[in-house]
Amino acid sequence: MDATDLARWQFAITTVYHFLFVPVTIGLSFVVAVFHSAWVRTANPDWLRLAKFFGKLFTINFALGLVTGLVQEFQFGMNWSDYSRFVGDIFGAPLAIEALLAFFLESTFLGLWIFGWGRIPQRLHAATMWIVHVGTLLSAYFILAANSFMQHPVGYRFNPATGRAELTDFWAVLTNKVQLVTFPHIAFSAYMVGGAVVMGVALHLMRREARRRSEPEATDRDAAGSDVSLYRRATRLGAALTLVAGLGVAATGDIQGKIMTEVQPMKMAAAEALYETSPAGVGAPFSVLTIGSLDGQRATPLIEVPRLLSFLATGSFTGEVRGITDLKAEYAARYGASGNPLTADRETAYVPNIPTTYWTFRLMIGAGVAAAAIAAAVLWLTRKGRAPTARWLLYAAVAAPLLPVFGNSFGWIFTEVGRQPWLVFGLMTTATGVSPSVSVGEVITSMVVYTLLYGALAVVEVKLFLTYVRRGAEPFEAPKEPSDLDEDAPLVFAY
Amino acid sequence: MDLPTLWFVLLAVLWTGYLVLEGFDFGVGMLFPVLGGRAFAADAQDAEKRRRVLLNTIGPVWDGNEVWVITAGGATFAAFPHWYATMFSGFYLPLLLILVALILRNLGIDYRHKRPEQAWKGRWDKAIFWGSLAPAFLWGVALTNVVRGVPIDARKEFTGNLFTLLGPVGLLGGLVFVALFLTHGAIFVALKTDGPVRADARRVAALTGTVALALAGALLLVLGLGQGKPASWATSAVAALAFAAALLANARGREGWAFTGTAVTIASSVATYFLLLYPNVMPSTISPAYNLTIDNAASTSYTLTVMSIVAAVFTPVVVLYQGWTYWVFRKRLTAQHIPEDVHLQAAAR
Repeated sequence: MDATDLARWQFAITTVYHFLFVPVTIGLSFVVAVFHSAWVRTANPDWLRLAKFFGKLFTINFALGLVTGLVQEFQFGMNWSDYSRFVGDIFGAPLAIEALLAFFLESTFLGLWIFGWGRIPQRLHAATMWIVHVGTLLSAYFILAANSFMQHPVGYRFNPATGRAELTDFWAVLTNKVQLVTFPHIAFSAYMVGGAVVMGVALHLMRREARRRSEPEATDRDAAGSDVSLYRRATRLGAALTLVAGLGVAATGDIQGKIMTEVQPMKMAAAEALYETSPAGVGAPFSVLTIGSLDGQRATPLIEVPRLLSFLATGSFTGEVRGITDLKAEYAARYGASGNPLTADRETAYVPNIPTTYWTFRLMIGAGVAAAAIAAAVLWLTRKGRAPTARWLLYAAVAAPLLPVFGNSFGWIFTEVGRQPWLVFGLMTTATGVSPSVSVGEVITSMVVYTLLYGALAVVEVKLFLTYVRRGAEPFEAPKEPSDLDEDAPLVFAY
Repeated sequence: MDLPTLWFVLLAVLWTGYLVLEGFDFGVGMLFPVLGGRAFAADAQDAEKRRRVLLNTIGPVWDGNEVWVITAGGATFAAFPHWYATMFSGFYLPLLLILVALILRNLGIDYRHKRPEQAWKGRWDKAIFWGSLAPAFLWGVALTNVVRGVPIDARKEFTGNLFTLLGPVGLLGGLVFVALFLTHGAIFVALKTDGPVRADARRVAALTGTVALALAGALLLVLGLGQGKPASWATSAVAALAFAAALLANARGREGWAFTGTAVTIASSVATYFLLLYPNVMPSTISPAYNLTIDNAASTSYTLTVMSIVAAVFTPVVVLYQGWTYWVFRKRLTAQHIPEDVHLQAAAR
């Protein structure tokens, strides 16, 4: 492995890891804000208990999302300095604005939310979590604008004198058509994750409480003080959010497929491992499962849906879908003499890793559909006051949050691998973006360090998260307004 | 003022914001085993209480403080891509260490209180201490090397290695940052607490302050004699005077003034660094022809204009709401404000 491969692996590992926590942060901040506001409006103690309980889980997750995000910000310069030089004019701006507009909001107002009990008025306190949530969305918007530029560069010109891409229209970068559909796709998938985490956690606790209540030695007091209804309510809300957001993910994903076919046809061809162009009027099928290698010769589709690929790619069941072979020839003709010195040593093949794109595309969709199906089943089983305790629900509770989280990972792996060999589509290849001054030894060092550290932190985080899940929601305690507070009394919350 | 110069100044502002704010966070973290250790605490229980008092002085604000460096990094990327590319790829291992340290420290601050076991807390205490000390030292080494110049070739690439950065002046820069942040942090603790911790913090500040004064004086002298100009001598003098005034105010128990003094010291030290640099952003020790300057490292004026508008609108807003959180959490803390340890067993009904 050379320095480029190592840098790519490191970016993949650190970014996929980072993005395990990001959708949870976006989704849970929304749910906690809803719970907190519901308490302020209705004064129903359940809402406050849920806000505090899921707020604790939120902060455990947020901490890791934040620290792994630090690595992302530095990594462009550390491992991809030639990329940074080439696109800094365009790519740096959304990154800087993300920090200024979003990170300050998130960090400052989360501090206020965590420590604000009894120190700021209730309405304002609930508002701080909404501001955190807005911060998470802004953050997603700007970083996705930067990523969308890499998928479909707009609002720039290539300056042959400096050999760099230069920004000419910032608004065009922010309203890139890839961005306008990617942002809602990611936002919905984050809500799906948030909903599924709430559903999974609450489902487990509802089941535990319901079983405890039905045990032979349960007393009347147990039954009366049971939290079954509390967790049932959260389960259903989480399931509903998962389902609704899942529909949003599907709808935006559908539009995304059509835009992708337009701006990156190779990626769509790679998603299906479609080698030969399927001409208009025929309708390309979508294979759900395939055995054999995906090199265009020995593949045997096991399950195939006729004409579905044409529909996904073009909106018409008989639309033309261009194949890898055609596109490869076209790219070789077009980019053979790009005039850009940074792409001069481009790879000759313009084809991404097909098995990766093929399978991640299916796993992404499959994970999302499975999570939505669990959500629908849970909504049905908990209808009209039912609190089921079947053992398989425990597995559903564990699977529910993991499915959309990994669905997110698969989606990102698909879209980033599908862009290869380009780093910025049509402008710069990945191989030309790495840092020339960083040695193989240095990249190996950092990769080993990050991998070990991230692995250890995952164990710590998950254990802590589960400890707090088992602990359950704390009993209700009426929050104090700042005016009733005794100056010398212990703080309501402290580190 | 032309746009690259404006952004050079704005980066000085962002670094000032970062080092003034996270400077005391680092100081508090480094003081964990001192103010919360055997030197001052009566017993283990007292030490634990003291540590929690220390941690809660920065509890609601440290995270927002750290965003200043993310913004500084992003702004360097946007305004001076070549500076960002050369520095971040060149200072690869120190930055890796800084990242690892910040990751562990941040999790330490967030996770320490989430379990009651002493072993759990002890591990995170180490993370908080080393995770504060290492970045303080390494930022000092890195930024001092930027000012002094590092080997940069015609392709704008750093050609040195880790040991290039560990020269005597670079190491002195690291020590100065540590001593300065220790003092700044101790004075912050004195300002934010009451009772024994407050008195002890003042004593620590007096001690570390004397060391910091000597080290920082030596560093500013070395840097000034090398490449000084009237303006940088002036800001160096302001830094020295403000620090002396801070120590005096600390001795008299005027913590507010002492904290203002150390904040001014850090701000004028950053100003000195940037004045020494100007008009370079990263001078080359190989040849002045290879210097990265505010002109040859900068983005286009269109990008800088967009960024200027965004910064002009949002930086004041950020300063306002961050300032407001300091107002919300202005109360001095004592051991009696610290609630019981968290209980992990399922909440009793």
